Amino acid sequence: MSDNHSEEDNPAGNGLLNRRQWLSFSTVGAASAVVNPVWASKSKQTEPWRSGSGQGPSAYGDQPALASLRREQISVHPLGPQAGASSTPLQLLNGTITPNALHFERHHSGIPEIDPGRHKLTVHGLVRQSLAFDYESLLRYPMVSNVLFLECSGNSYRNTLTTVLDETAGGLNGLVSCAEWTGIPLHYLLDEAGLDPTAKWVIAEGADAAGMNRSIPLSLATSDAMLAFYQNGEPLRRSQGFPMRLLVPGCEGNLSIKWLRSLKVMDQPAHTREETSKYTDLQLDGKAWQFSLRMQVKSIITAPSGQMQLPEKGVFEISGLAWSGNGSVREVEVSADGGQSWAKAAIQSDIGEHKPVRFRIPWRWDGQPAVLQSRAVDSGGNVQPSRSQALQNVAPGFSYHFNGIQSWQVGIDGRVSNVYA
Amino acid sequence: MHRLIWLLLALAPAAGAQLDLQLLPKLGVEAHFDYESVAASNGSGLPAGSGSAAQGEQIYLSQCVACHGLDGRLAGNALVGGEGTLSSTQALKTVGSYWPYATTVFDYIQRAMPYGNEKSLSDQEVYAVTAYVLHLNDLVAADVEVSAATLVEIQMPNRDGFRESPMR
Repeated sequence: MSDNHSEEDNPAGNGLLNRRQWLSFSTVGAASAVVNPVWASKSKQTEPWRSGSGQGPSAYGDQPALASLRREQISVHPLGPQAGASSTPLQLLNGTITPNALHFERHHSGIPEIDPGRHKLTVHGLVRQSLAFDYESLLRYPMVSNVLFLECSGNSYRNTLTTVLDETAGGLNGLVSCAEWTGIPLHYLLDEAGLDPTAKWVIAEGADAAGMNRSIPLSLATSDAMLAFYQNGEPLRRSQGFPMRLLVPGCEGNLSIKWLRSLKVMDQPAHTREETSKYTDLQLDGKAWQFSLRMQVKSIITAPSGQMQLPEKGVFEISGLAWSGNGSVREVEVSADGGQSWAKAAIQSDIGEHKPVRFRIPWRWDGQPAVLQSRAVDSGGNVQPSRSQALQNVAPGFSYHFNGIQSWQVGIDGRVSNVYA
Repeated sequence: MHRLIWLLLALAPAAGAQLDLQLLPKLGVEAHFDYESVAASNGSGLPAGSGSAAQGEQIYLSQCVACHGLDGRLAGNALVGGEGTLSSTQALKTVGSYWPYATTVFDYIQRAMPYGNEKSLSDQEVYAVTAYVLHLNDLVAADVEVSAATLVEIQMPNRDGFRESPMR
């Protein structure tokens, strides 16, 4: 091996490099200026896009530069795509923010076309006075903005199956997205209606055909829950709840009811279909956990990841996303040898409650087989479990809230694929 | 005056102070309901009226069979079966084997069924179809009138099958 780095340079096995070393690598190869001795005698129109006017500005966006930049449709329901989901192509994105066009979707009965002029949000139940709010009025309330992850409780479900699926990072784990959400702190509206001292739960209901409804503990509804109107700066898309949606930070996506039309305050949960029949965690002993609301600490390596191809031996950046519904991400460790040794990755984005972070670490691939893993730890000291630990007591086929470590195998041919390790 | 309020709102967080809720615009108006939003497990929100499985059978046969099957056991959308399977490796979650409250059947049908023609059934019809689904699970007799009063009394087989999650 020609590698003569010190132990500090190699914090873990199979080629992982110190996270602070990346800068010294980035200069390699950058200094070789190309001199073309014959340029003066040739046409300067070497590539067609370098002359002739391009397209002008457009009213709303343009086509993505890469045709591959698409959500993957996940058909999860026998009734068809209206009751289905689409996932974020995590492997094609970088940074922490998911573009609105690529945010994951999960609809239970399709996307409603709501006339904002006729839509009302009603706050009722155990309140001093039942109140109705319209869209225009709500836009006059003071708002807050917060960068948050949002994850479907069924995310990564396919990694709980017995058969290992050769899929991309997004195909397997893309029911998580991150956005800057802007809206009204929910407690403004609950306070305006006047909460009864016996109030303990808020039952939220959507105006879609599914009439999606969930019971939310009052403690969550009155802390950092938000009635959101904007996503990454633009008014909500219909697919994300226009004209308004609930956003319950750190909690399973189903709680963040889209197209919100009703908030009924009660002294107990309503036990709706989604919080009893679905989204409960059936254990091996036949009993089920109910109200598993907080998404657990989790991380996913997005590059290199499933179906990618390393072109040659050399140094690559391992990079991914991490998040926790139980606080903030404290650190992310990466392994290149299937979990035998771990090195700390650099976290390159703002750390905060329920905020996604981007982690990075350089890695030298020597052409030998490798298994890449990431493991997040949150501010509560919770450590992301291995796949088998996460599935220990779970009834097979019913795994919601799965946060087991994702493993990517790198073959000697450089192909990266999903693996259970 | 309006400007001053917004100036104060803008300054409040910067000063680390709690936003003065007195300054919020308070634009809610007295609410009028088109229907109660949720039929809860304690019986609240259940409307007047009643229906029996005998009455619900015709509605079920014309509007539910395609997805759920004649006997309610169509794979993928099964409403019936699975008793005793929850602790096996082949658990089947249905209304009869898994759902802890009969009120949830009413609530889900009234809001989300029939799929593609949601909210088309009257309260009477929802009670009748609810009764039929429960009857398919041997939980009510065919001629029993299911109503707000009787629905909360039905003991679902998996009523005690749930516990508080550590992920709450």
